[in-house]
Amino acid sequence: MDSDDALTARLAHDLDGAFETLVRTHQDRLYTIAHRFLGDVHEAEDATQDALVRAYRALAGYPVEQVRALRLRPWLATIVLNLCRNRATRRRGRAPLSIDLEQPDGSTRPEPAADAAATPAAVLERREARRRWAGLVRQLPPVYRAPVVLRHVDGLTYPEVALALDRPEGTVKAQVHRGLALLRTAYEAAERLEREEMTA
Amino acid sequence: MTHNAPDVRAIETALADLGLAAPATLAPDVLVEIGLADRFATIDSPIGPLYVAWNGRGVSTVEQAGDDAAFEARHRARTGRAAFAAGGLPPELAVRIDRRLSGDRRARVPVDLRGRSSFEQDVLRKAAEIPRGEVRPYGWIAAEIGRPKAVRAVGTALGHNPVPLIVPCHRVVRTDGTLGQYSLGGARNKRAILAWEGLDPDAFERLARSGVHYTGSRTTHVVCHPTCRHARRTSDAHRVSFRSLGAAVEAGYRPCTVCRPSSGVAVAA
Repeated sequence: MDSDDALTARLAHDLDGAFETLVRTHQDRLYTIAHRFLGDVHEAEDATQDALVRAYRALAGYPVEQVRALRLRPWLATIVLNLCRNRATRRRGRAPLSIDLEQPDGSTRPEPAADAAATPAAVLERREARRRWAGLVRQLPPVYRAPVVLRHVDGLTYPEVALALDRPEGTVKAQVHRGLALLRTAYEAAERLEREEMTA
Repeated sequence: MTHNAPDVRAIETALADLGLAAPATLAPDVLVEIGLADRFATIDSPIGPLYVAWNGRGVSTVEQAGDDAAFEARHRARTGRAAFAAGGLPPELAVRIDRRLSGDRRARVPVDLRGRSSFEQDVLRKAAEIPRGEVRPYGWIAAEIGRPKAVRAVGTALGHNPVPLIVPCHRVVRTDGTLGQYSLGGARNKRAILAWEGLDPDAFERLARSGVHYTGSRTTHVVCHPTCRHARRTSDAHRVSFRSLGAAVEAGYRPCTVCRPSSGVAVAA
């Protein structure tokens, strides 16, 4: 029984008593999915909050057996992604969002413990890499962005990604591969541009 | 010159490093929205500052407390939930409470009555119908909710009102016309709030002591509770007093359909 199974059992038994654990356990990954999909701190926070509120209300209405059988990780990912898509649709045609830089202000994950020993240069390099890759992910067409984020940023298995996106497993595998290829091309293009600018 | 294009493995590693931590405000916001935690702030009232707690379901607590810590402890003891200090009420809620306390019954203030029995909720909902500046006896509430014998239980339910002032339990008085007890700091506060709402508590009690529990109008032949707005509109020249509703009915008066004095009283047919 993994921790999510234990949690669904608790949720089925005592939703109000167990829901805070769900929030604490899943808020970072849901926020990460939303942020990497939408690229905006405030939109991501709103979408994540909305997703958790909807999850609570859905669980309150489900029969006990259905709660017990839930695959929490993909189920929550579905909810937050649907909200992200709605937000992306709504904001289309509005002014572009402010560019959201990776800032060490608590909006990004604290550096892992290993980094305590890292040199300032290494810390900067890592931050720069995160900024660059986050930007590239944001440029992916949504049809590839969602499976790439779920598989490689969130770390869902392919069956879980398929469940979360309600697409066949073969389809999401192909979309992830295609997404990675697009990322690689985009990375190379950005590098080339940078080199040209430096030599110009 | 060929440049080092990242291989798939390197891209996967880079993507795996894109995790973020949710803002610290997110979990409290979610828990408050669904009613598993509350926020609180103080408001001014005719009896001094009051603590008000609320969540996504509505206002959950109105209480006097010495300080934040005392309030949080009591709130947690009663509801089992955490309460986070907020700078003030959400503006929309503040406006609704203001309007409600100044007598605008169209202003809806959502209240969170979880943990109250359905009887207690019926009592509180009925008390909320009593207009500002008016009072009704405990027996009236009991009769109106279809439990005419549960007068004492009505008193207990009102004594446990978690949101006094917003649900105006101070507008419910003893059947003998004395004001009775009050959960929010005692009888003195009940008097102060009723006076602030435009009722003259001393005059009301004097009237009750003199045996007047109902007032009628000679022109309309309608009999009311003494504080009903229809009774108060009646001029002194046309006002007639009754000790009991039975006496009024015998004299040819019919009970007011607004304050419904027949509720809670055995009317001699």
